[in-house]
Amino acid sequence: MNILVCIKQVPDSNKVEVDPVTGVLKRNGIESKMNPYDLYAIESALRIREEMGGTITALTMGPGQAASVIREAFAMGVDQGALISDRRFGGADVLATSYTISQGIKLLGDFDLILCGKQTTDGDTAQVGPEVSEYLNIPSVSNVSKIVEINPEFITVEMDMTHDIEVAKIKYPCLLSVDKDIFMPRLPSYLKKEQTKDLEIRVISLDQLEDQDEKHYGLNGSPTQVQRIFPPAVNSHREIWTGTQQELSDQLHNKLQELKFV
Amino acid sequence: MAKLVINQGLVGNIEDMVKLCPFNAMENKNGELAINAACKMCKICVKKGPKGAVEYVEEKVASVDKSLWKGIAVYVDHIDGNIHPVTYELIGKAKELAAKINHPVYAIMMGSNISEESRELLHYSVDKIFVYDNQSLDRFKIEPYTAVLEDFVSKLHPTAILIGATPVGRQLAPRLAARLKTGLTADCTILDINEETDLVQIRPAFGGNIMAQILTPNHRPQMATVRYKVMDAPKRSSEETGEIVSCEIGGDRLNSNIEVLDIIAKEKEQHIEASEVLVVAGRGIKKVEDLRMVQELADLLDGQLACTRPMMEAGWIEAKRQVGLSGRTVRPKLIITVGVSGSVQFTAGMNNSEHIIAINKDENAPIFKTAHYGIVGDLYEIIPNLISQIKASR
Ligand SMILES: Cc1cc2nc3c(=O)[nH]c(=O)nc-3n(C[C@H](O)[C@H](O)[C@H](O)COP(=O)(O)OP(=O)(O)OC[C@H]3O[C@@H](n4cnc5c(N)ncnc54)[C@H](O)[C@@H]3O)c2cc1C
Ligand SMILES: Nc1ncnc2c1ncn2[C@@H]1O[C@H](COP(=O)(O)O)[C@@H](O)[C@H]1O
Repeated sequence: MNILVCIKQVPDSNKVEVDPVTGVLKRNGIESKMNPYDLYAIESALRIREEMGGTITALTMGPGQAASVIREAFAMGVDQGALISDRRFGGADVLATSYTISQGIKLLGDFDLILCGKQTTDGDTAQVGPEVSEYLNIPSVSNVSKIVEINPEFITVEMDMTHDIEVAKIKYPCLLSVDKDIFMPRLPSYLKKEQTKDLEIRVISLDQLEDQDEKHYGLNGSPTQVQRIFPPAVNSHREIWTGTQQELSDQLHNKLQELKFV
Repeated sequence: MAKLVINQGLVGNIEDMVKLCPFNAMENKNGELAINAACKMCKICVKKGPKGAVEYVEEKVASVDKSLWKGIAVYVDHIDGNIHPVTYELIGKAKELAAKINHPVYAIMMGSNISEESRELLHYSVDKIFVYDNQSLDRFKIEPYTAVLEDFVSKLHPTAILIGATPVGRQLAPRLAARLKTGLTADCTILDINEETDLVQIRPAFGGNIMAQILTPNHRPQMATVRYKVMDAPKRSSEETGEIVSCEIGGDRLNSNIEVLDIIAKEKEQHIEASEVLVVAGRGIKKVEDLRMVQELADLLDGQLACTRPMMEAGWIEAKRQVGLSGRTVRPKLIITVGVSGSVQFTAGMNNSEHIIAINKDENAPIFKTAHYGIVGDLYEIIPNLISQIKASR
């Protein structure tokens, strides 16, 4: 089985702030890490390989330093890696990102199964997976919470639809976005890290893609445009109560009575 | 087409420029300033750098004829005809937007044997309700559902489509957006529309630390998803207005490589979204046993227990009770947070609640910026006191 996993490097901190006066992002030496949700996609791929055999390729799109998430995937047991990177991909929204990733996948070969994480912690849209599946013209299923059966013709999964669980059988090739908790991700192995130290990561730029029209990538290929950024609003009605613990609980009790909750 | 052009002669100190970029997208390449693939086109280098050092060069793009795209459409999310309430919230918003630009409001519903259920939409004064009733549409499958929406768009040319951020909407919206090669903005918290019929989409970005205002100026239709309980639902009118249009699409477009084998009803669990009162436990709770008193308070108020992410990660409370950006969005009548610091990721999921009361012993806790009533005190004193007071007053 030929499996591809899409992984992304995201900022490690939740402390990105915007200066309220200038509207400029405050930068404070942002560290990067693998998108935590993608660990579940990697783990799912490893489990499927254990059962079915085959190879796993990890793919990421991002700047040069994003190669480090591929190295991390190697240390978990992934066989091959590719980095899609080109300045002309900068400023891509979901549509342009998904298109670029799908072009990269086409270049890498035919895959039976493509796995994505549930969402990223920076983009946070959960849209890249379904959009990639459209560009590859293959079925996709999100919210995959369990793999029920896997065999050479199809895969049966459970998808969590909030009020019920649907059991679906999907033919290959297909794309699955897996939920957190589908499997417990393993830790990277030091041994594997050493063994794969020199394993080459294939770097893909625009010049290698089938579609080389710059208009389809980066900012130019992005229908959505960020007009402005601003800090979230703060609440205008605010009362702060201080006092002894007894006074405070009396006051709270009175307020709850006044609002008719007790 | 737009790009950044560097005029090396005007750059001055290269290291200053490298530092200016919040995304580490600028580098010193053999004494010349270069932009790498990390560039997000935020244009800070253009605005804040030395004048002319980096230029933003834009070529006029062929824009769409916006007058050909009319109407605001709402996707009707339902399972077996039970319409998800986010649908009505979106209809409310669609009516407000449509009134500003004098467009009609459409609803589109697909499924199997839903003609009776679709009549319910007539009580919300939608202009036209398009119903695709076909056995193959019985359950959500991405290929046929996308084909139906594509068919709808090709016939009606709506300027905007609003879709609930439900498990179905979150798959269907991106698939359709990619097919139509148009923009999609996920989880909008504020929607407006301007004279150009451009949908003004506001959503949290960078983990909720920042709000971003997003437009789709050169593409139609414009697409946005919105979570449940973010917009207001209009009142149901007892009268029926509007028109139901039944639609059909051809056979093989409804084929799918997905087969739904079984539907397992989950245990009728209580959703924190459905509760009018929530008591949220945060890391100010020191031991798992102490949750009992928080639960007791929630019970006394006829409410439910909810939590912040660290409580969920510690395994003390189930994930489905987590409030926030990576949890659920809630909008109860009353929310009491106890021992919650009030990170933006948390407040993003609850700041539309009607009455917000926060108990925190740190007077500088950010939660006090969100709370209507901020109680600076020790939860271990206040909660037990309150519990006995409520019990005594019964
Ligand atoms: C991308 C991303 C998404 C996230 N999504 C979410 C999300 O969906 N939901 C979420 O909750 N978090 C989320 N987080 C985490 C979030 O940033 C915070 O870390 C988290 O909300 C903090 O939880 P807390 O308030 O319970 O804990 P803390 O921040 O540790 O706060 C505990 C508070 O309790 C107070 N306290 C302590 N003892 C007492 C006492 N005896 N009496 C009264 N007060 C007391 C303290 O003063 C303190 O303010 C996310 C983070 C990231 C990066
Ligand atoms: N730049 C990227 N490179 C590789 N995979 C990505 C990238 N962005 C998103 N993905 C994949 O798509 C999923 C959903 O991302 P998002 O739509 O940003 O929430 C992630 O969990 C990844 O599996």
